Amino acid sequence: MLKFLGRRIFMMLISAICITFVVFFLTNLAPNLEKVAKSEAGSRISDEEVASWLEKNGYTQPLLKRYGEWLGVAPGWTWSDENGVTTGRCIAPGSDPVTTPRYCGILQGNWGNSNVFKSPVSTVIGKRLSVTGVLMFWVMVTMVPISLLIGVMAGMREGSRTDRALSSFSIASTATPEYVSGVIMIVIFASSVTGLKWFKGTSASDVSDITFQNFFLPVATIALYGIGYIARMTRASMTEVMTAQYIRTARLKGVSFRNVVLKHALRNALIAPFTVIMLQFPWLLNGVVIVETLFNCKGFGWTLVQAAGNNDIQLLLGCSVIAVLVVLVTQLISDIGYVFLNPRIRIS
Amino acid sequence: MDALSWGAICATILKQFMPVWIALAATFALSISFKRRLGLYGKLFDSTVGMIGFGIVMFWVFTALFAPMIQMYDVLTQIAQLKNKVPGTALPDGAGYYILGGDHLGRDVFSRVVAGSRVVIQIAPLATMFAFMVGITLGLPAGYYGGRLDTGLSFLANLVLAFPVILLFYLLVTPEIVKTGLPQYIGVVLFAMPLLFLVLLTNSRFYVTPGFRNMLVGGILLIGGWAYLSLIGEADTRVNLLPAALDFIHMPGNILIVFVSVVFVNAPTVFRIVRGIVLDIKTRDYVSAAQTRGERPWYIMLWEILPNARGPLIVDFCLRIGYTTILLGTLGFFGLGLSPESPDWGSTINAGRKLLTIAPHPAFVPALALMSLVLGLNLLADGLREESMKD
Repeated sequence: MLKFLGRRIFMMLISAICITFVVFFLTNLAPNLEKVAKSEAGSRISDEEVASWLEKNGYTQPLLKRYGEWLGVAPGWTWSDENGVTTGRCIAPGSDPVTTPRYCGILQGNWGNSNVFKSPVSTVIGKRLSVTGVLMFWVMVTMVPISLLIGVMAGMREGSRTDRALSSFSIASTATPEYVSGVIMIVIFASSVTGLKWFKGTSASDVSDITFQNFFLPVATIALYGIGYIARMTRASMTEVMTAQYIRTARLKGVSFRNVVLKHALRNALIAPFTVIMLQFPWLLNGVVIVETLFNCKGFGWTLVQAAGNNDIQLLLGCSVIAVLVVLVTQLISDIGYVFLNPRIRIS
Repeated sequence: MDALSWGAICATILKQFMPVWIALAATFALSISFKRRLGLYGKLFDSTVGMIGFGIVMFWVFTALFAPMIQMYDVLTQIAQLKNKVPGTALPDGAGYYILGGDHLGRDVFSRVVAGSRVVIQIAPLATMFAFMVGITLGLPAGYYGGRLDTGLSFLANLVLAFPVILLFYLLVTPEIVKTGLPQYIGVVLFAMPLLFLVLLTNSRFYVTPGFRNMLVGGILLIGGWAYLSLIGEADTRVNLLPAALDFIHMPGNILIVFVSVVFVNAPTVFRIVRGIVLDIKTRDYVSAAQTRGERPWYIMLWEILPNARGPLIVDFCLRIGYTTILLGTLGFFGLGLSPESPDWGSTINAGRKLLTIAPHPAFVPALALMSLVLGLNLLADGLREESMKD
């Protein structure tokens, strides 16, 4: 088990390094850097000025070296101009170059500065993540029980009328992406067409202002898309379990249907959905970006769109680190959980 | 002229879709009367769910086909007086109606949705097919040979899968990156796979008759290679291989990039599915029989394993077209790739969402259209799964 865990974590780190390197490469392509230079040093500067600005700010070093600096495994660049003033990656303006540390990257906790929000990336992301965290918490709290309940009810008696109805519902909900269900829900619950202004169509608010009215529609929109998929997986797993020999034995022994479902079937039927729920996180991330854009809710997804749209390299890198970590960690948890829940799986 | 009532609006819409109704009725009549001779496709008409799904999908396919006949006005004509007007509003000159209202620029919502179906029906199935060919070409050897090849390819697939889709889209589709030609280079690799697939397919089948094989493979290489070079190459971009006279496929640059990114996102999942199926099937007796007979690996993979994996693959193909439609909508929703004037559903939803509380119909109608198409594909996949399980 320990060896398996070690190997998984090792692979996870390799993946994280590969993906962040790809993002780093893509965000640091020449046209992007030129845009940064123009936005920092004035939009009307000549090509020579762009080149010298890039050189002064350490952008002309080899890509791998800069990636190392950003990660914090290579010493930060320094630049001495003709007056003998030294600037550098790790040297804050006005501080003494001698006393500053040599390494400053993600690993040292230095995430760089955001151009759009004019503040350190770590504070921007921290603040926005808390909004998304609350959103995700409520999504999970509504989505998981509802979808498991639907899946178990549908899979309990395959082919029954309940099964048909619930399966149709789950198919319909997987066919409705967030930007469609969000639009429909805003039209029904928040616009003047139906006159039901129960909820607010936007939640452009801070963490302090989390109300049922603000958060109901975004949460419902994300949850709805996930419910269908998890419910279908749960149903598949439940129908499989219900045809197993031991269920028949229990039924023939005279155990009531209720007890068969609750005590015999449920435990085994819930192993597969656990993995599915965990692997659902990357999709939820997708949903979060769409929903936060649609409802103008200023969370992590909204920040990602702002960073990508405004060519804010450091912020975009920070966001991608978070996103990739979320995906990889949930994959790891789902692997471990699967082994933990299902003793039949032997991984040497 | 007065505005139309809801009943009149429905009647007009039904009348406009007349070519689609006729085509649908013909398709169903023909298919049901010959269903016993049509294999899996015929069996689809035994299941209600499958028939409903097939009906909805074909509705949109025929709509895309007959779009110029169905749409009532030009998709880009703007009439200022009809900005955000409700469905059924009459034109200022009294010549007709905007039956589903006008959008924020005064364009006809109905015509745009109908024209938008063309974009989706053209891109989604084709992109899914390319993703399948890429996934199959890589998934078969990975599952069959196993070992280092499998480890390497699976690692790459997992890497792409761990990438947040939206981040990938933003990184691939922004103008700065498009200028560097990167999406096109990815396209160069991805689009080579179908060609490789076809060559392997024919070569392994007709290896024993070299004369016929040489002719066939040569023909595929010639025609396919020409199509390939002309597809990836586009004048005035980084990849421009053929002279303009020979370049017969003109894909507008941004459509190509949308295409590439959708294939890129879908291919790893297909790879994983194919690999999983191959791992299961390669332990079967008929595979061992072929191995004992001395068949070469690619023959076994493509002509023994692949045909036996078709059931799950066909079902997943239907589901994946739906998913691709959702992805295309997502791209449009973020205003990536396709031009803002494009009538495709995602872009229209994106344009309409800002005024949702005042004038909901410009976003609501394409939203319903997209939902119904994806729902149809899901039902179709469900019907196919049910029927193919009965064998």
